[in-house]
Amino acid sequence: MKPAPFDYVQAETLDEALAVLAAEGSDARVIAGGQSLMPMLNMRLARPKVLIDVMRIGSLARVDDGGDRVVVGAGVRQAALLAWPRLAAKLPLIALALPWTGHAQTRSRGTICGSVAHADPSAEMPLCLIALDGEVHLRSARRRRVLPAGDYITGMMSTARDDDELIEAVAFRVRPGRGCGFREVARRHGDFAIAACAAIAHADGIRLAVAGVADRPELRDWPDLEGDALDDALNAFAYDLDARDDIHATARYRRDLVRQIGRDVIDEARRCRV
Amino acid sequence: MPRLSAAQRHPVRFRLNGEAVEGIAEPRMLLADFIRHELGRTGTHVGCEHGVCGACTVSIDGTMARSCLTLAAQVEGCEVRTVEGLAPEPGRLSVLQAAFRRHHALQCGFCTAGILMSLDVYLRAHPAPTEPEIREVLSGHLCRCTGYAPIVRAAMDAAAELSLSTRQEDVRYV
Ligand code: FES
Ligand code: FES
Repeated sequence: MKPAPFDYVQAETLDEALAVLAAEGSDARVIAGGQSLMPMLNMRLARPKVLIDVMRIGSLARVDDGGDRVVVGAGVRQAALLAWPRLAAKLPLIALALPWTGHAQTRSRGTICGSVAHADPSAEMPLCLIALDGEVHLRSARRRRVLPAGDYITGMMSTARDDDELIEAVAFRVRPGRGCGFREVARRHGDFAIAACAAIAHADGIRLAVAGVADRPELRDWPDLEGDALDDALNAFAYDLDARDDIHATARYRRDLVRQIGRDVIDEARRCRV
Repeated sequence: MPRLSAAQRHPVRFRLNGEAVEGIAEPRMLLADFIRHELGRTGTHVGCEHGVCGACTVSIDGTMARSCLTLAAQVEGCEVRTVEGLAPEPGRLSVLQAAFRRHHALQCGFCTAGILMSLDVYLRAHPAPTEPEIREVLSGHLCRCTGYAPIVRAAMDAAAELSLSTRQEDVRYV
């Protein structure tokens, strides 16, 4: 339970970090808060030759409020975004979901972008990024590109990031007037979700996004369904997610969570739609 | 841009419980191991080494953090506090520690150092916590002995005592 040996580079500028990434490719890993990567290193599920620490790069530690989108830099810790005074007004879904992301003891160091980079299928931040039509801003020494969150996350802890790229920031769309709801079930508050549901209610209908069930967060958009029609849609979605049994819960229990808390968060989202 | 080679040990310097400390570490050395094995302060415990149990929790620059998910090299220049820094002087317990003793909030004590550090950080920032808030902080820790109820009672009691003593100090100094 100790990491395999690696060189450690503390980058002072983004260009320095990108140069090392360009030179080392898949032998290098970027570390920000380390709350997802360090367990992987300790268990030797990841054995990079070089670790590039980006937390001293001042330009990455910013939350930029660009009106219709909020851009969160790679150095922004989860606790810092949670303490951002405009969070509830601009990104109410994040304000609801972030307290469920890990524990206070890990949010203090873990970053938003790090959680997205790790792409754990049960994690809250990838779920919210997908639910909010967010974007992932990737940077390498060669180029800069922006991917929709749904294209970025390709499966269980796998993403469309190239070996020489790092996440510079993630961008969340701000859409006033939409209602949202969030709920999850875990063995202990802050543990990995057995199922997590995020709902958004807008003028033309509803959206439900689910994490912890399929191998990546999945979403469905529906018109404003009610009653049996909504139950049927939730049931079909629950089956489409192809849940599996594991040590924490059966597939059947997970489907039931999607049906039950899915409906609860949709109701919650509708109540706060304006 | 410093690049620390995997094959060598490098100096690491920070402040531990108010005192400047220095040791040498490979880049891969965890802060928990650095504190215990390099600096010999074994009050901080190590359980799971992947961020789940909370035994290794310390304070880094005034926030609660897992020392098993932090590299020693990452705290260069930081202010770290561990359980050894809680007692005001040898032979005297802090208000929080004394409350743990009164309420039997520990049995084997394996989880205790981490829990004390989380609560110490939390109570400094939130002098009048509610019980659900304390339970939320404790959700980042596993205790296999106490069933948590005495820990919650000790934390609430310590918070009450701390706010009382601050108020008395206010009276004394105005
Ligand atoms: S040893 Fe660090 S959380 Fe368990
Ligand atoms: S007192 Fe034994 S684990 Fe908490």
